[in-house]
Amino acid sequence: MDQPLARIWAEFRENRVAVAALLVVVLIGVIALFAPLIAPQDPYDLAKLVLMDARRPPGYVGSGGYTHILGTDAQGRDLFSAILYGLRISIQIGVLAGMVALTFGAILGASAAYFGGRIEAFIMRIVDLQLSFPAILLALMLSALLGKGMMQLVAALVTAQYAYFARTAHGAASVERGKDYVEAALSTPLPARTVVFRHILPNCLPPLIVVATVQIANSIALEATLSFLGLGLPPTEPSLGMLISNGFQYMLSGRYWISIYPGIALIALIVAINLVGDQVRDQLNPRLKR
Amino acid sequence: MLGFVIQRLLQAFIVMMVISFLVFVGVYAIGNPIDVLISPDADQRIREMVIRQYGLDLPIWQQYLGFLKRLVTGDLGRSFVFNMPVLELILSRLPATLELTLAAVLGATLLGVPLGMYAGYKPDGFVSRLIMVISILGFSVPTFWVGLVLILAFAVTLGWLPAGGRGDTVTVFGVPWSFLTLDGWRHLLLPALNLALFKFAMMVRLARAGTREVMLTDTVKFARAAGESEFTILSRHVLRLIAIPLVTVFGLEFSSTLAFAVVTETIFSWPGIGKLIIDSISSLDRPVMVAYLMLVSFLFIMINFLVDIAYAALDPRMRVRRA
Repeated sequence: MDQPLARIWAEFRENRVAVAALLVVVLIGVIALFAPLIAPQDPYDLAKLVLMDARRPPGYVGSGGYTHILGTDAQGRDLFSAILYGLRISIQIGVLAGMVALTFGAILGASAAYFGGRIEAFIMRIVDLQLSFPAILLALMLSALLGKGMMQLVAALVTAQYAYFARTAHGAASVERGKDYVEAALSTPLPARTVVFRHILPNCLPPLIVVATVQIANSIALEATLSFLGLGLPPTEPSLGMLISNGFQYMLSGRYWISIYPGIALIALIVAINLVGDQVRDQLNPRLKR
Repeated sequence: MLGFVIQRLLQAFIVMMVISFLVFVGVYAIGNPIDVLISPDADQRIREMVIRQYGLDLPIWQQYLGFLKRLVTGDLGRSFVFNMPVLELILSRLPATLELTLAAVLGATLLGVPLGMYAGYKPDGFVSRLIMVISILGFSVPTFWVGLVLILAFAVTLGWLPAGGRGDTVTVFGVPWSFLTLDGWRHLLLPALNLALFKFAMMVRLARAGTREVMLTDTVKFARAAGESEFTILSRHVLRLIAIPLVTVFGLEFSSTLAFAVVTETIFSWPGIGKLIIDSISSLDRPVMVAYLMLVSFLFIMINFLVDIAYAALDPRMRVRRA
């Protein structure tokens, strides 16, 4: 019980649901990482797709000689392979957008708390205003203005989410700002930059990490939603949302698997990340300690 | 109070200006403004006429002023696809969205608040846990996925309800409404359920947290000592004490539901403004995009403004702190 990390893990372990969720997250992460080794087919290699294999139900043995355990999509892609690669893209975008938003928001929020006065009021007013706008509307607006593509999508997700980090960092940094060790650091001739980055920010990390887990799940969900609406990535390298969207038109004729299996993968990922995030948040929340 | 209202009005105005500037930069300055104003198949003579008419040969700040002037006068251009004034087009689609949004938000509140209060009243019961599981799912599962599952279950597999469209409508004051016919209700049910789930989850959480706190207060102890039944305590005292945050969230959520309707309308082919904007983005119907973004932002800012004012009217502390 001496190491903080060991203490957190000991408490985390008591919640069996959260441990199971963490396992699922790790498992999905590993599967996505090693997708090229696991997947029977490279779903992005258009030359390997055979149209005769299109829209086959799960269990169909295709022209490649192996079983499509989850069936095939409208282009004859093996769905299992497409889901593995789709998970990769979804996780990449979610983590990238989450990290950029975390960095940008944390610096903004901590700077606001450090400088105080008018600068603080100005920055936090903008953040408040942005928080009152629904993320999907902002993302929709930016996707419409910027067009399609990986960078545009990440930019839209970051713009829609950095405000959550800025508010959290501002709250935590305001508390730290009044503490003696910060006063001590300020009385030395250290530049403001050093005090913010080396002293204040590291102590704001725990709440920021909690927000980051939840926001990564939100990024993944938002990306899937935008892709489903046709505003996300170009369709050559389908993310999970795109796979679901492609299968939607066939669902009404009973070919459920094209949409349903990518969807289950997506839900498993999002729900698992959220459950882990919930548990960590409860652990770090002093108001729930009795 | 007047000072507060004026300050908030000024702020709403500034935000609106910033948004108009962003949309102007995004669509007019980065993209080719001519594409926004005339359809690609117009001939050279018409192009030059429009360029002069809209002053596209003027300096950029004068163009922005012209853009603002057209916004204020309601001249948002003509849709390429529908070949009608954009404002008219959007206003003709707005009732469908309002109907859907209202049904979803009202349904979520009427169901979510009592269930959430029950879950807060008996936090350890089986039913309460079930309610919370549904609410967690409602929070984390993306709206579009819920919509797909609803269609697969109730429209494709069971065949009970239609998968899309508005059904029969009755025209009142020149506007068609679905909720006045049985067939309309059948079409409205699934999309409203889809859109409501997230709000339902939120209402359950808020009501549960509020009830748990209020149940520990002296108010409840005294009410119990006075011999009031548990039902009376919940409906008379607890509900009243948790009402203010619920009302605020109701107001704010109403406007975010308008934005979320984009997803639901696309899935269920509900002919509202959400489906319109997605169709316009994919067919590059830019006048409609500009008009939608400006109109929804305007609606959003107006609702936020009204909620702020209502809050200040209910809670005098807000006026002092913010003004």
